[in-house]
Amino acid sequence: MPNPTDAVRLSAPEPALGVGVRLSRFAHRNARFLFPAPAAITVALIIIYPVLYTGWMSLQEWFASSLTLPKFIALANYQQILTGDPRFREAFFRTLYFTFLAVSVETILGVAMALLFNREFWGRGLVRTLSILPMMATPTAIALVFVMMYHPTLGVMNYLVSLTGLAPFKWTYSSRTALYALALVDVWEWTPLIMLIALAGLAALPREPYESALIDGATDLQSFWYITLPLLRPTIIVAILFRAIDSLKTFDIIFVMTQGGPSNASETINILLFTQAFSYFNMGYASSMAVALFAIVMGASLILMKVRRVGW
Amino acid sequence: MVSGKTLRKWLRTAGFYALVIAVMLPTVFVFYWMITLSLKPQVEAAGYPPSFFRFSVTFKGYQEVFAKHPFLLYTWNSLVVAVGSTLMGLAVGLPAAYSIAHWRQRGLALTMLVARIIPGISYLIPWYILFRNLRMVDTYQALILTHLVVGLPIIIWVMIGFFEDIPPELKDAALIDGCSHYGAFWRVAVPLVKPGIVATSILSFIFSWNNFLFSVILAGRNTRTLPIAVFNMIGYEEINWGPLAAAATMITLPVIILTLIVQRHIVTGLTFGAVKG
Repeated sequence: MPNPTDAVRLSAPEPALGVGVRLSRFAHRNARFLFPAPAAITVALIIIYPVLYTGWMSLQEWFASSLTLPKFIALANYQQILTGDPRFREAFFRTLYFTFLAVSVETILGVAMALLFNREFWGRGLVRTLSILPMMATPTAIALVFVMMYHPTLGVMNYLVSLTGLAPFKWTYSSRTALYALALVDVWEWTPLIMLIALAGLAALPREPYESALIDGATDLQSFWYITLPLLRPTIIVAILFRAIDSLKTFDIIFVMTQGGPSNASETINILLFTQAFSYFNMGYASSMAVALFAIVMGASLILMKVRRVGW
Repeated sequence: MVSGKTLRKWLRTAGFYALVIAVMLPTVFVFYWMITLSLKPQVEAAGYPPSFFRFSVTFKGYQEVFAKHPFLLYTWNSLVVAVGSTLMGLAVGLPAAYSIAHWRQRGLALTMLVARIIPGISYLIPWYILFRNLRMVDTYQALILTHLVVGLPIIIWVMIGFFEDIPPELKDAALIDGCSHYGAFWRVAVPLVKPGIVATSILSFIFSWNNFLFSVILAGRNTRTLPIAVFNMIGYEEINWGPLAAAATMITLPVIILTLIVQRHIVTGLTFGAVKG
């Protein structure tokens, strides 16, 4: 039987709560919306709004240097990109080629290094630490060091080349070699990332397949080809995915070292787009290129994510 | 007798270490070259053939950097922007990461991932137009806000992992004891993820410190950050390599020190939690 005093207390009207208490109760009940609210507002302001604005701007013709207002021209910018602009087409293929070149070298080297380092040895920690430095070091500073190393007559690279008996290169100073010289910087910076991702993948591999392979008399090469590589494939593809996304967008090292030159030989989409926007102030046209670049990066990511699921 | 077996084992180890050194040599060499160039007098820095080990040491390059350029101002600018965007990123990102981990809100997390994929330059055009109209080009505010785009996704993604690792019993106990969600977040969760906060702060700081693309457009005479300053020096100094290398060394040094502190978390940060380092 309930205690009569309790009944009295229950039926009594709730005492009026202070504003502060009510506010904090409201906040507690709606915490799941209030916690992420500042981030959501920030994201809307500095990410979503600019992206939508770029999409809208890509349908206009507008020079930020002139006093005329933007003129709506629908898809004319895109038509120009796709059919009427050889400079963009060249930049497009150059971007793909640069990315393909850099990322494939990084993947082969990175996985090979991971296999080499995937054992206990004295100095393993030091190797890991050193590997992290190229990708964290300020790209502008690294680009600057490579500018000095690539100098055709005074640079250390040509000295090293001359030691092997080869003729000197002009590195970033010639339109024939500039893109390769830049890809080499990218390889130097980012091979360690693929190596570290592959190392993490190797550490997570199960032991049993190797034990049964050993019993069945498989050679090292066979167990690498038929066990390690297939099991490691998803990890490698994640690594390629991250690299491809960033490599397609490479800006710092190219801009600092060649600014797209000599004679456009290293002008990727990102560089061309930057020139259009901030040298010619052709904002509408540049915006449509930005949308195109986003589509390319997104397309590459989707293809790689598909590849991750299907077999070879 | 020293058996052939021991000898072979010894040779294999030696061969392995030779390979390790060969593989790591390019990584080390670029940094070595940067530092030694910064310490060489001009005649030797631009001398041919280059001297690898025997050279005279001078700090003239460093002196010139400070004498000819307002390098302290650039450093201060870089610091203000990096610290500002990191603090703001933490203030906004920590509750969001907690909320994503606690209530499994995938939408915001995915938006941050997409933000990572979108080319930075497609933000830059609208920002430039916006900040120009607001007369905010060349202000710390504009730089801090834009650098958030690099820092915030990393803070949120790395912190989700840390918040998810908190045993749910701890939060539940706090909530049952009459703690509000704010209490559970502030008094239970945050103290438990302090190492994560340190790691993500450093990552966010480094990415802001290194940022070139946003600052080259939005920083001006008063707010120019170090990467832009160094970029401008390349044209100014021509082949006066001592000061150039000195500037490169001074920008890189803080990053290297910070990297050593958080090295365990860097791969996680760079791959958005996809790979635990």
